[in-house]
Amino acid sequence: MLRFIVTRIGLLIPTFFGVTIAAFSFIRLLPGDPILLLVGERGIDEDRHAELMAEFGFDLPIWQQYLNYLGDILHGDLGRSIVTKQPVVEEFLTLFPATLELSICAMVFAVVLGLPAGVIAGVTRGSKFDHTVMAVSLTGYSMPIFWWALLLIVVFSGELGWTPVSGRISFLYYFEPVTGFMLIDSLLSGEKGAFASAVSHLILPSIALGTIPLAVIARQTRSAMLEVLGEDYVRTARAKGLPPLRVVGLHALRNALIPVITVIGLSVGVLLAGAILTETIFSWPGIGKWMVDSIFRRDYQSVQGGLLLIAIIVMTVNLIVDVLYGWINPRIRHTR
Amino acid sequence: MASTTDHSQAEAPTGVTAQQLKEFWHYFSENKGAVAGLAVVVLIIILAALADVIAPHSPIQQYRDHLLQPPFWQEGGSLAFPLGTDAVGRDLLSRLIYGSRYSLYVGCVVISISMTAGIAIGLVAGFFKGVLESLIMRIMDIILAFPSLLLALVLVALLGPGLTNAMIAVAVVVLPHFVRLTRAQVLSESNRDYVTSARVAGASRLRLMFITILPNCMAPLIVQASLTFSTAILDAAALSFLGLGAQPPTPEWGAMLAEAREFILRAWWVVTFPGLAILITVLSINLMGDGLRDALDPKLKRS
Repeated sequence: MLRFIVTRIGLLIPTFFGVTIAAFSFIRLLPGDPILLLVGERGIDEDRHAELMAEFGFDLPIWQQYLNYLGDILHGDLGRSIVTKQPVVEEFLTLFPATLELSICAMVFAVVLGLPAGVIAGVTRGSKFDHTVMAVSLTGYSMPIFWWALLLIVVFSGELGWTPVSGRISFLYYFEPVTGFMLIDSLLSGEKGAFASAVSHLILPSIALGTIPLAVIARQTRSAMLEVLGEDYVRTARAKGLPPLRVVGLHALRNALIPVITVIGLSVGVLLAGAILTETIFSWPGIGKWMVDSIFRRDYQSVQGGLLLIAIIVMTVNLIVDVLYGWINPRIRHTR
Repeated sequence: MASTTDHSQAEAPTGVTAQQLKEFWHYFSENKGAVAGLAVVVLIIILAALADVIAPHSPIQQYRDHLLQPPFWQEGGSLAFPLGTDAVGRDLLSRLIYGSRYSLYVGCVVISISMTAGIAIGLVAGFFKGVLESLIMRIMDIILAFPSLLLALVLVALLGPGLTNAMIAVAVVVLPHFVRLTRAQVLSESNRDYVTSARVAGASRLRLMFITILPNCMAPLIVQASLTFSTAILDAAALSFLGLGAQPPTPEWGAMLAEAREFILRAWWVVTFPGLAILITVLSINLMGDGLRDALDPKLKRS
């Protein structure tokens, strides 16, 4: 097992360096003078320009610039935002809990609905329910989620007036963030109604973001279920006269869950990509919206830092999923 | 992914015969959803091709007396503008019809770029093992380490906003799927008898790559292409929605949604219809893709 983990990490190292090169190249590939890009359109005199070139190290040979960049990364320094002057890492870490909270809620929504729907559809293959689940999940899979989010706003915020349109909590409540998770912080604050407000702000974004994972999970669970139900040990369990619920719940579901867990783990990239759209539409102050805003503000230092951090998160989660998968399913770790 | 048909005999069947087409249609038409999807796709293609004839108005003509007019079945609507007008008085139906051109165009361009490049790179990776292969596959891993839409966003930021750059960005983002798939197919086909016999008969490397092996790898690639087509439409629309793809007044569906955002609580139709158009297009392509997979990959279906 240890060897398996070490090999996996070993495979990641070149990718990690590749990702740093990609992030490093980003600012340098932008057309135009790097300093002028950083200071914006105000312009700058010659002396200050040379000074800044030296300060940022743009006058060094390219390989030395890269080594410096790598060194900075290893010290946890990703530069400062041009707009807010805050360290990029700090900004990222303040905003990340918002994205994490939203992603977790979206995933809970997707799993709670998708898993049972997939199981029942698989067990009752060919039934009306099965066809409905398949049709709904294919629709969800094809959904432009930026439009879906707008529709949810039109119906639930506009027509019905049930939920707020944007933000994480009503401006009536203010408290110092403790964990960064609004659900927990609002409970800790002890203010009446704060938690309910936080929940109502979370509902629509979670549905919008969770829709595609929901569709994928339902489809994947159904096909995993179908595959497992055809296996010999399930037939044996049935032949022994075990009650159908026990066969499905205990024998089949447990094995069907293996590929499903992988799908859930690998949805992290999908969630982060979806968060860009969902957060922009719901003005959710997370890293997705921050990245889009940074691109529009030409805050390239933040874009570069965010790009790297997000890639590291995706790679780490994929590694964990991989290791977990190998741990659950010994066949995987011995064949490689 | 399993390979398509049984090629264990020493002869590699090349070229598509009428018999094969018939067989393909037999399996494809078994899937009702796929046939429905195909019908809608054909309809969209016709709409796009004949937009000049079918659309009642010009997509950019502004009728200043008819701002935000609702669809004809609602009070205040008229059949002159069947689906209503937008905030500057343009006919929504005409814009939707012209918009189909952009979606199909995006899909075709992205597929052409990513599939050609992906197959070429994948063939190289599959044939020249060693350093080159590892290098290629690691680069693909790097691309995959970034969430697709984020990478596309950043690439567009690099290249500058616009539909062409958005298409290039999306093509880069979907490239690894074609490379990985092609390489895996090449690796699994390389050990077949027909390849060995071609090699023994003295076929050159290029001949082996393009004439012996590639045609037998096509089925999963075609299925992947249909899935990529819908991803491309979705991602390009998302980029346009964020303001980085097609620019106004282009009647591109994503850009139309972006323009409609501020009227979302006042005029439901300007928000609803463009998104519905994207959904219907993507859904029917996905339905068709499912049918293609069933028809080209009979083994998968029966398992």
